[in-house]
Amino acid sequence: MRLVFAFAFGLLFGIGILISGMGNPAKVLNFFDFAGTWDPSLAFVMGGALLVTAIGYRLVFRMQKPLLAQSFSLPTKQDLDTRLLGGSAIFGIGWGLSGFCPGGLIPVLGLGMSGPLLTAAAIAAGIVSARWMIRLNYGGQPAGA
Amino acid sequence: MTDFTPLLSFAGGTMIGLAVVALMAVHGRIAGINGIVSGFLTTHLTQDWAWRAAFLAGMVASPLIMLGVTGQLPSISIPSSPLLLAVGGFLTGVGTTLGSGCTSGHGVCGMSRLSARSIAATLTFMATAVATVFLTRHVFGG
Repeated sequence: MRLVFAFAFGLLFGIGILISGMGNPAKVLNFFDFAGTWDPSLAFVMGGALLVTAIGYRLVFRMQKPLLAQSFSLPTKQDLDTRLLGGSAIFGIGWGLSGFCPGGLIPVLGLGMSGPLLTAAAIAAGIVSARWMIRLNYGGQPAGA
Repeated sequence: MTDFTPLLSFAGGTMIGLAVVALMAVHGRIAGINGIVSGFLTTHLTQDWAWRAAFLAGMVASPLIMLGVTGQLPSISIPSSPLLLAVGGFLTGVGTTLGSGCTSGHGVCGMSRLSARSIAATLTFMATAVATVFLTRHVFGG
């Protein structure tokens, strides 16, 4: 049952990505291009998602626990460290080069085009490389958020 | 040029938000796509692996369901060369793993909880993405 719900939520997320334009790199790169062919559409994606999530999360966190799990899994770190900011800076450079963030890319994989598949393989390689760097430097596990 | 699509983009955003809220309500999990992909890339095939695989399968199936409902596939246009896709993808994987999140994890889930870490991360990756596009399109390119 948990898996059926997870599939359905992934489907909903993916359709939202495709309708919104987040899966279209031309649109994403134009959103970043203030000095050129600026397309502000993606601000509306963020606005819609944040509006629903901010209200929805408040309602959900009134529940004792999730419907099909023992507890809510939430990040507990509070401090702004160099790993957070440096990693985010690197991600932004990557996003600006390819036009694909992870959430925008995965639904597009379903179209079977070669460019997105190449990007996905590169992201996987990056994830594995960064985990290795983290193990070497921090001796800890990467926190997925 | 791409068309300005405020209504469609807002509607898509609300669907993303609904999926994010539903995953928290039912599974108690943050819908950070990079975190889900990262948890999927493991050799330990536990229950946690299974829901992530199911969520990702739903995402990958979304274009086909859209085709079935609307009769057309979304238009995707990729301006970047394969080299830029590979380099950009690699940096995306490295950066989101070191930074513990991407557009969905920090930008949607974290910012909606008013997490200081997520707000700082989102401002940072938005700023470097804008700077990168400025450099590739207006300084070195075009």
